[in-house]
Amino acid sequence: MACLLVPAAEAIVAAVGAKVLKTREMKAPKTGHADVESVHIPFSRKLRWLSFLQFGGAFLLAFEHVWHGEIVPWFPFLTAMSDSASATQMLHEMATVGVGMALLTTAVWGAMLAVVHSMEKKAAKRTLQENE
Amino acid sequence: MTLLITVFAAVFSTAVWYKHAPESKMHTGLLCWMYWGASLMWLVDAIAEYAELKAAYFTPTAEQMRNDAFLGLSVVALGLVIWIAVLLIKDPKGVIRAQLFRKK
Repeated sequence: MACLLVPAAEAIVAAVGAKVLKTREMKAPKTGHADVESVHIPFSRKLRWLSFLQFGGAFLLAFEHVWHGEIVPWFPFLTAMSDSASATQMLHEMATVGVGMALLTTAVWGAMLAVVHSMEKKAAKRTLQENE
Repeated sequence: MTLLITVFAAVFSTAVWYKHAPESKMHTGLLCWMYWGASLMWLVDAIAEYAELKAAYFTPTAEQMRNDAFLGLSVVALGLVIWIAVLLIKDPKGVIRAQLFRKK
């Protein structure tokens, strides 16, 4: 019904967070280890991955909702908003399926980060060993 | 069916991205994010539907399967249209600019 609104909202928060972080990272002083920094991916970029994943998914899901007539191009845009019973059902779906979607995408992103983190650590270690 | 088609699209686009990474300028990563995002979200949808319908979830009618397959293919097509639009707008190889501003 409108489950995609939950991951879409999280995607907006992630995109804004990534933008703010990027500005801060650019202002932050360098550590002095240029070669170690080169194998480190900034967190703003990692946060952008989450927003891409959720924006992309939410957009294709929005198309599915249009297909099923759940999203319409006129106010209030969601057919479930037409009566209170449907609106209650919609809110329930957002709280269960929508939150589930946001949690799963975030969990997959978290797993991605864990893998990337271990790869970064190995690469930094290798770089330091090569420099010694 | 929609989930299945989107997962296949996600796997295929990821394989294409991996084959040409990291030098590729084709922005295939965009397709990966879109299809994987949609696949994960439809997976949650499928689990919720399974919890409601139980075994009946796996025995859809021919009409439902046809509609879902049609939807899945439309979703893949929409993803490809977005990707090609982004590619042409960003024009990483400068082909569009070269065509527009070429001197006869």
